[in-house]
Amino acid sequence: MRFTNPKHSLSTLDPSGESPVSLLPTTPEDMWHAHNLIAPSDLLRAHAIRKVVTTGSTGSTTSDRVHTDLTIRVQSVFFDPAASSLHVSGTVCQENQYVSLGQHHTLDLELNRPFQLWKHSGWDSVSLKMLEEAVAEDTGEAMCAVVMQEGLANICLITEFQTVVKQRVEANIPKKRAGGSASQGGMTSFYEKTLATLLRTVDFSQPRPLLLASPGFVAQDFRGYMQSEGQKRTDKKLQRMAKDAVVVHSSTGYVHSLNEVLKSPEVQATMRDKRFTGETALMDQLYDRLRKDDGRAWYGAKPVERAVKEGAVGRGGGVLLINNKFFRSLDIKTRKRFVALVDKVKEDGGEARVLSSDHESGQRLDALGGIAAILTYPIYDLDEDEVEEGGEGEESGAAAEEGAMII
Amino acid sequence: MARHQNIRNLDYEAELEEYGAFSDEEEEELSPEDQVRMREGTAQVLEALGVEAHKVPKTQIEESLWHYYWDVDKTITYLISKYIDPPKKPAKTAPPKTAPKQDVATAGKKSANVHNKKGSSSADGVTNQVSQLKIDDTPLPKSRNLNVLSEFEKQKGKKTASFVVVGHVDAGKSTMMGRLLLDLNVVDQRTVDKLRKEAEKIGKTSFALAWVLDQRHEERSRGVTIDIATNRFETETTSFTILDAPGHRDFIPNMIAGASQADFAILVIDASTGAFESGLKGQTREHSLLIRSMGVSRIIVAVNKLDTVNWSQERFDEITHQVSGFLTATGFQPKNIAFVPVSGLHGDNLVRKSTDPAASWYTGKTLVEELEASEPSARALAKPLRMTISEVMRTPQSSISITGRIDAGSLQMGDALLVQPSGEKAYVKSLQVDDGEPADWAVAGQNVVLHLSNIDPIHVRVGDIVCDPAKPIQCVDTFTLKALAFDILMPMQVDVHRGRLHAAGKIEAIDAILDKVTGKVTKKKPMIVKPGTVSRVRVTLHSKVPLEAGQRVVLRSGGQTVAAGLLE
Repeated sequence: MRFTNPKHSLSTLDPSGESPVSLLPTTPEDMWHAHNLIAPSDLLRAHAIRKVVTTGSTGSTTSDRVHTDLTIRVQSVFFDPAASSLHVSGTVCQENQYVSLGQHHTLDLELNRPFQLWKHSGWDSVSLKMLEEAVAEDTGEAMCAVVMQEGLANICLITEFQTVVKQRVEANIPKKRAGGSASQGGMTSFYEKTLATLLRTVDFSQPRPLLLASPGFVAQDFRGYMQSEGQKRTDKKLQRMAKDAVVVHSSTGYVHSLNEVLKSPEVQATMRDKRFTGETALMDQLYDRLRKDDGRAWYGAKPVERAVKEGAVGRGGGVLLINNKFFRSLDIKTRKRFVALVDKVKEDGGEARVLSSDHESGQRLDALGGIAAILTYPIYDLDEDEVEEGGEGEESGAAAEEGAMII
Repeated sequence: MARHQNIRNLDYEAELEEYGAFSDEEEEELSPEDQVRMREGTAQVLEALGVEAHKVPKTQIEESLWHYYWDVDKTITYLISKYIDPPKKPAKTAPPKTAPKQDVATAGKKSANVHNKKGSSSADGVTNQVSQLKIDDTPLPKSRNLNVLSEFEKQKGKKTASFVVVGHVDAGKSTMMGRLLLDLNVVDQRTVDKLRKEAEKIGKTSFALAWVLDQRHEERSRGVTIDIATNRFETETTSFTILDAPGHRDFIPNMIAGASQADFAILVIDASTGAFESGLKGQTREHSLLIRSMGVSRIIVAVNKLDTVNWSQERFDEITHQVSGFLTATGFQPKNIAFVPVSGLHGDNLVRKSTDPAASWYTGKTLVEELEASEPSARALAKPLRMTISEVMRTPQSSISITGRIDAGSLQMGDALLVQPSGEKAYVKSLQVDDGEPADWAVAGQNVVLHLSNIDPIHVRVGDIVCDPAKPIQCVDTFTLKALAFDILMPMQVDVHRGRLHAAGKIEAIDAILDKVTGKVTKKKPMIVKPGTVSRVRVTLHSKVPLEAGQRVVLRSGGQTVAAGLLE
C-alpha cells in the first residue's frame, strides 16, 4: 500500500481526521491492511460500479452499469482471506447523479485503484501504527507451508501479517488388509491430490520457501514423491522445489501445529527477522510465565486492565499483548478504552505489541481472550475480585495494593 | 420479440385451455365399483392404523390402495414404512414377535431417505396390530427379527476379550505378539521363515517376527509400527483379539484408538540396561496414563528382553517395584496388576514356561495364563447401539464395508443404521464376526465387519459412529469435560481424541477446579490448572462431532497428552 500522492506521508497526516487519507493498494495483502484501517462509521470514497435502472417512455426498462465514485458511511466490513477481497457496505452520504442520499451500497475495494478514508474520531495511536505498517516497504515473498498427516493436508501461505489456509485436502486412506499392499496406493493417490492442489493454489513462478511438516514420515514421503514426480515429468521447477523444500516435524496435521513448525530451528534460521518469529517468541514467553504461575502473567480484559491502570506494565519487562482483531470491530467507546491502555503502557515505558490475529501466535492469544500482559512485578489476585459481588472499586484497589506489597 | 408486451403479458392458462383440460383424470375415471372399494379400503386402513392414522394424508392412502390394487395388507405395510416407522430392534421391545421390519421397498422408493424420528414406544400400538400381517419380500436385506440378547444367551460360547499391547518404542511389542502367534500355531513356521528371508533382503532380520503384525510397506522398511494391527487367537476358554499399538510419540492417536477398543492391556517394558530408564521418561509413562484414562482397569506388565541381562532376578524386582509404584499412583489397583518376565524373541514364558536354567526362579503364570485369568469388563448389551468405525473399505460383498468394535448394544442382519456425523442411513446387508465367519447377529464387545447397502461411501469415514436410528448419537461442537490434567491447562488449542475420532479444537474456558475426592468446586474460573488436579473445562471443536455424555476423551497439545476425562 502507498499514499496516492507521493508527496504525502505519515508526517503530513492530519490526526483529527478531517481531511482524508488517500491510499492505493498494490498487493493482495494490502486488502488485509485496509481491513484493519476501515472501521464502522468511517467515511470511505472509492470507485464503484452501480446498476442504474432507467425506465423509458414505452415502458421498457434498461439497466446500465455506471462507473462512479461513491462516498459511503461504513456500516460493516467483510474480508475474505482466501481471495484477499474486502467488501465494505454502508449508506451513501454524498449524492450524485446516479445515487441518492441514504441508499445502501457495497464497495469492493480493488487493487491499483485509490480510495479515500476519513476516520470518524480521528487517527489514534493504534490506527497510526497500523497505517505505518501498511505503507511500509514490502518485505519479500510469502512462505508456503504444508502441514499434513495421514489423510489430511493443510496448504497455508504465511505472509508478513497473516497465515492464510489456502486449501484443505482430505482423503480416506484405506487401512491395510491381511496380505494386501493396497494402502500403498491409498497414500500415493493422497500425495498426488495434495501436489496437484498445491501447484494450483500457490503460485510458484517465483521461488519461495516451502515447508513440509507432519508427524511420522508423511512429509518425508511427500517430498520423495515430489522428487520422483519431478523426474518422471522432467519438470525442472518441480525438482528444484522438491530439493529446496524443508521437512520439519509437527505433532499433528492441523493448522494450529504451525506454531511448532515456526519455532523449529530450520525455520528460525531462514526467517529470522520476520514479524511472526518475534510474535511467536513473545507468545512462548507469555506461556512460560503462565505456567510458572508467579503472578507476572495475566490474560483476559479485566485483569489486564486493572494491572495496566495500576502501572504494573511498564519499564523493566512489562509487555502488553493485544490482538488487532480486538480493534477491528469494537464500538467507539470500548476502542477508546483499549487505545488508552496501549497509550498508558507506552507512557510507562513498557512495550505494547499489537499481534496479528491471523497468525498462529495471534490465534493462541485469541484463545486466551485476545489480550494478555506480562507485568514487571507480580500481582497475585487480579482475577479474584471477579467472583466477589459489589464493592469492586475500593476492594480491588485494596487488593491490588496488598498484592503489590507481597512482593 | 421476447420484450414485446404481448409476449410478456401472455396468459398461459387461457392458451392451454384451448388444448383441452389436463385436469386430474384419476378421480373422474374411477368406476362406481372402484369408488366403493376405495371407500372400504380406506376405512380398513384407517382402522388398522388406529392412533397413527393422522400421520398419513388421505390422498396417500387412496393412492397406495390404487397402487396395490386394493390389497389392504400391502397398503398398510407400505404406509407404515413411509410415515410411521416401527422399532427396528427386537431386543428393545419386550415381546420379540411384534417388530416388523421397516425396510419395505416399494415402487423403487429409496427407504434410505426416510429418517426415523420417533421412539419405539409410540409405534408399539401399531406394531401390535400389524403383527398378524404378512411382510413383503423385499430387495433389501431381510431381517429375521431375532431377539439378539436371547440368542446370545443361548450360544454361550467362549468369552471374547480384546487386549492392547503398549509400551515405549522398541520395547518389543510386535515381536512378542508375533512370537505368541507362532507358539500358538496361528501362524506356521513356514510363514515366519518366508518373512525372515524377506527381512534379510533389506537387512532387518531381527524384525521377522514383528512382520507378522506390521504388514504395511512403510512399517516394514522402517522397522516401526505405525498403526494398530489386529489379530486373533483362541485358547480353551477365551477368544482373544490382539491390538498391537505403535510406540512412537507421533502415533499416539492410533494407540488411543486401539486402547479404546480394549478390555485390558499388556505393557511391554524393555529390561535391558538403560532402555528401561529411557522408556520411563518416554512412552511407558504416557501409555500407562492413557490406558488408565480410557477406562482399562487390568494391566499385565511383560518385562521383556530379560535374556539380555541373563534373567537377573534383581533387575526384574527392581523394575517391578518401580513400575508398580507409578501404576498404583496412576490409579490401577494392585490386584489388577500382574508382572511376567518374558523373552519375546525366544518365546520364554509366553505360552510355555521358560526352559532357560537362569530363569528358573520365576514360578508364576505365563503370559497367556495371565490373559486367561483376566475378566473382561461387563458388556453394555441392552444400551442403544453404538459402534465406532475403525476401517472403511471395498470388498467383493459390498461397495462399502466397515470394521469396528461394537461399544454398546447389538445388531443383526437387515438392520437399519444411522451413520453420524453425516446423518445418512444404511442397511446391513451381511455381517461377519471374529475374523470372517458370517453371522446373523453381533453384540457389544465383538469386532465385526459390516457390509452396508444404500449408502454413499463419501458419507462414511474412519472415526464415525454407527448408531441406532431410533436413538441416535448427537453431534456437538462444544462440550464440558471433567478432566484430570497431566500438564498445565489454560485456554489453548488442543486435539481431541475419542477412540478413532480425532478432531481439532480449543479449550474455550476453564469453569472450575474440582476437588479430586469429593468433586466439589474449589475455585471458580481459574487462570490455569496445574497438573494432577481435576477441573471442569469447556471445549469447542472446529466441526461437529458425534459425542455423548459418559464417554472418555483425551486432550493433547503440542505432541503431549495434557488431559483426559469424562464427558458431561
